[in-house]
Amino acid sequence: MNLKELYQEIILEHGKNPRNLGKTHEFNKDAKGNNPLCGDNVHVYLKLNGQKIVEDISFEGSGCAISMASASIMTDLIKGKNEHEAKEIIEDFLGMIKENPELKSEYITKDEKTKLMCLSGVKQYPMRVKCATLSWHTLISAIDNSEEITNTES
Amino acid sequence: MKIENIKNEFPIFDEKIQNNDLVYLDSANSSQKPKVVADKINEFYTKQFSNVGRSVHYLAVAATNLYENTRSSVQKYINAKDKNEIVFTKGATEALNLVANTLGQKYLNEGDEILITELEHHSNYVPWHFLRKSKNIKINFAEVNDDGDISLEDIEKKITSKTKVIAITHLSNVTGAILPVKEITELAHSKGIIVVIDGCQGAPHLKLDMQDLDCDFYAISCHKMYGPTGLGVLYGKKKWLEELPPYQGGGGMIREVKKDKISYGDLPNKYEAGTMATAQVIAFDQSIKFMESIGIENIMKHEADLIEYGQELLQKNNSVKLIGSPKNKGGVLSFTLEGIHPHDIATILDEDGVAIRAGHHCCQILHDKLNIPASARASVGIYNTKDDLDKLNDSINNCKKIFNLK
Repeated sequence: MNLKELYQEIILEHGKNPRNLGKTHEFNKDAKGNNPLCGDNVHVYLKLNGQKIVEDISFEGSGCAISMASASIMTDLIKGKNEHEAKEIIEDFLGMIKENPELKSEYITKDEKTKLMCLSGVKQYPMRVKCATLSWHTLISAIDNSEEITNTES
Repeated sequence: MKIENIKNEFPIFDEKIQNNDLVYLDSANSSQKPKVVADKINEFYTKQFSNVGRSVHYLAVAATNLYENTRSSVQKYINAKDKNEIVFTKGATEALNLVANTLGQKYLNEGDEILITELEHHSNYVPWHFLRKSKNIKINFAEVNDDGDISLEDIEKKITSKTKVIAITHLSNVTGAILPVKEITELAHSKGIIVVIDGCQGAPHLKLDMQDLDCDFYAISCHKMYGPTGLGVLYGKKKWLEELPPYQGGGGMIREVKKDKISYGDLPNKYEAGTMATAQVIAFDQSIKFMESIGIENIMKHEADLIEYGQELLQKNNSVKLIGSPKNKGGVLSFTLEGIHPHDIATILDEDGVAIRAGHHCCQILHDKLNIPASARASVGIYNTKDDLDKLNDSINNCKKIFNLK
């Protein structure tokens, strides 16, 4: 176990100053997610254009440094991607957090991969995996227009 | 038994937890187990096992006697008037569900009101909420004040002519407030209101005397009292337990079963359907004896000293904000750290071997009221020392370092 690996500078920085925090103007898709055991909650807003490209994305919510940083990094990364690319990136990220040693998607640059890999430290902390994945699961619900609140317990 | 050396009675403190000595500050969640309790479970399963109350063979009779001995020990420990006022349940949660459910079946009518408090654990709110749905019962909340406490005055203010039940915690698992349960009971009874007390945090830390307290129901969680998991105790006044209907049906709780008619057994069997948590009940006798051997007065004094010491220590620590400063405080030190989320605190403390809890501690109503999503909570038990609290404080300082706080 290594705390330094979990709380890397980039996580602390994003956790403290999350990007894309707030409510996107003219969003056309959104979803809420919560983690009932610890009370973390997140609301993801998406603005998709006619070509299904994410023109804007933001989130509101409260949670630990890991969940805030994860949402912050996620929204930065998804902006400008189309729906298909976004879904592949989400799957790639969740696979990495779960078991894969690295990210495989061609839709993310080397720099973006490095940034996402900063969150891989949670693998050693099973109780904290949910913190890192909550906003990503919620983003899937937003893209799919799911009416249900995403719940990391289900 | 001397409290100074009590850690020696708990084998877990001989273990290294992730290469650290264990600093266990999560007893409000569940307490560690003394060797005598673990040994009794082993002894029962390996040398004495049988189901209770059914067969006539030697082991069955011996096991039944052991099981009933625990009932007598609990009766004595909480000074209940009658042995049959002690009902074993699968936990305090089931005890509270039993009370809410059976009162709902027989005693409560549409439009009646239940008064609870904003301090309640979900297990003393959700069972009453079920009655909101099924019987159109209204739930009112006594409000928590700035000290994290509930005043007798506010309880009095919230009582209406329709209030039938007051269900309150004895000791808050977040703010540590010890509620004036005796005064509340007196007030309630003067108006013909039933009093249900959630004693999950009260029973491990406070002196209990049911006859003096005079409440109608008192729920106990055995695993917080240095006892086994999967076990709770419901104390109920005999007149209520006799009058109310059974909660669950099954073997052991009946008198006679015919195709067209069923009659139920006497107390306490009426409320103990099916095979109970036999080993846990039998081992819980050792928990009671263990606590008696130290003496509840000594336990209370020891824990009050710890809480006072911990409060002073954390108050001196910049960035730490303690939650609740009730006049009578027991058991817990809940706090937030400016700029660090409680989950991050708990993870970092864990790396130093300091086990605390982070989250809403099953008290979302209270956290909403305090306008915080979660808090960190250090809670003490008989085995804790001032040294443990120093380590807590050191580890909090480590959090601040990692997060670049002053």
